[in-house]
Amino acid sequence: MRNFTGQVLFLDRNDINTDEIIPAKYLTENTKEALKPHILEDIHLEGFDAERDIAGKNIIVTRSNFGCGSSREHAVWVFEVNDINVVIAESFARIFRQNMFNCGMLAIELPSEDIDAIFSLGNNTVVRVDLEQNQIVAENGQGKKRVVQFKLNSFDQELVLAGGWLAYADQKY
Amino acid sequence: MGKTIAEKIFAAHLRDTPSPANVVLDIDVVLCHEITTPIAINDLVAKNMDRVFDPDRIKAVIDHVTPAKDSKTATQGLILRDWARRHSIKDFFDIGSNGVCHALFPEKGFIRPGYTAIMGDSHTCTHGAFGAFAAGVGTTDLEVGILKGVCSFREPKTMKVTITGNLPDTVSAKDVILNIIKQISVNGATDMIMEFNGPVVDQMSMESRMTLCNMAIEAGATSGICMPDRVTAEYLWPFIQESYTTIDEAAQDFKKWHSAPDAIYAKELDIDVSGLKPQVTYGYKSDEVKDIAEMEGTPVDQVYIGSCTNGRIEDLRQAVRILANRKIAPTVRGILSPATPAIYSKAMEEGIIKIFMDAGFCVTNPTCGACLGMSNGVLAEGEVCASTTNRNFNGRMGKGSMIHLLSPLSAAAAAIAGHITDPGKYI
Repeated sequence: MRNFTGQVLFLDRNDINTDEIIPAKYLTENTKEALKPHILEDIHLEGFDAERDIAGKNIIVTRSNFGCGSSREHAVWVFEVNDINVVIAESFARIFRQNMFNCGMLAIELPSEDIDAIFSLGNNTVVRVDLEQNQIVAENGQGKKRVVQFKLNSFDQELVLAGGWLAYADQKY
Repeated sequence: MGKTIAEKIFAAHLRDTPSPANVVLDIDVVLCHEITTPIAINDLVAKNMDRVFDPDRIKAVIDHVTPAKDSKTATQGLILRDWARRHSIKDFFDIGSNGVCHALFPEKGFIRPGYTAIMGDSHTCTHGAFGAFAAGVGTTDLEVGILKGVCSFREPKTMKVTITGNLPDTVSAKDVILNIIKQISVNGATDMIMEFNGPVVDQMSMESRMTLCNMAIEAGATSGICMPDRVTAEYLWPFIQESYTTIDEAAQDFKKWHSAPDAIYAKELDIDVSGLKPQVTYGYKSDEVKDIAEMEGTPVDQVYIGSCTNGRIEDLRQAVRILANRKIAPTVRGILSPATPAIYSKAMEEGIIKIFMDAGFCVTNPTCGACLGMSNGVLAEGEVCASTTNRNFNGRMGKGSMIHLLSPLSAAAAAIAGHITDPGKYI
């Protein structure tokens, strides 16, 4: 299983789309690694500086309808190769969410109050996802802590444990 | 309690129920293109899983960047071409016979009522126009589809969209779907199938139904779907005449897929289109839509007519209603990409290509190219395009550019005027 703990990258906007996460011009790459420097290259988010803000982050916390648009799994792989294996949001676009679980990564949906609570911890927040307790433990540098419960569809959980859909399907079908 | 069309298709293809909320379906056709498939092929090869579940049920096309624009896109074509040959995939479409996937595959009769189809392309929802369940998927889903012929989905919830009234002369399926997305928002149909019903849909051609279903994804929907009927049977007749004695018999048989009158819907939307005006997007989201009069005078640098949304013969016929005997504004670059060779050929026969050329349009080969900023019409920073495509995301047709989505008729009007304007002025 992947690493589901780390520093949070906050993306405070709804409807962040796949073209913002990885522009189409990089879809001609035939390796995941080649996508790495282009993460969130076209994001429309005031004050955001990809070079400064992404280094060392492992978990994205964002708002609603994250990953809308294209079916490109490159939008998941560009996170994977940057060691980001978890996105926590109010809601996801269907294909992006499925692509995350299909890669054995986590797309966790939380009510807006819980998202607000994690946002309120501010920069330098570290999140730990506990899959046994279905808990997200978020702590900031000043000792403030939030613990929120989440629900994971049992099939999605199996995909994460299996390491993704290909491994799961190859064994079962 | 009756079932929706999607529930009927799901039930007929059910392979497994891995959780109470999830299903695994058998897939009738797995569709592939050269942008999302090569990386799946490479991964399957690396894992010693380079197999296909059924070469006759896999269809592949090079359409996104064709002819190849550089070594990287040439390599993507090469990987797909080699793979199709090595697995004896006979329905593979390369230069000379290739076209935009969601226009080409329906033309070939690959999608039938009651089918399931997946493709590594979000606009796969287009094929729902045939009364099929067709969904865009990522590369991993595509790999499993190629290898096993199955795909997982959540249990289908359906949004029933009922379209009534009389479509005004300058208003088309594109305007209708833009207005629907405006009403329900970019995630108004997430995890749902948008089922298009009502007398307006019944009277629509397959081309118009494909335009409606094409943009279901822009409202977050898993797919769009229409009831298969006589119009569907007529379109598919060359491919189904061995199974039925008459078109009417086929249409009658298709009724078995229709949603039951007492089917349960998660959401319903009624729209009367009698008073609808031509629509246009103004921002970077597909629900940022206005009546075209509100955008009157917005200058455009480029007009693009083509794509899986509006590159079909009916769309080209609409555009020439305005382009005939006129010249496009000197400040505008006009680009037409007929979506398939058959459409291109038909447009030549009908004199449509000549009208476009005489008006000052550049006519390119069928390709997705410009729609996603890959080739054949990428914009410079600060430039504006009036486009018949489906996505107006920031930077999509070129970093720092702006896309206004509209109908082929409105695009033609913008080309002549040099700015966004009501197409009614030229009719």
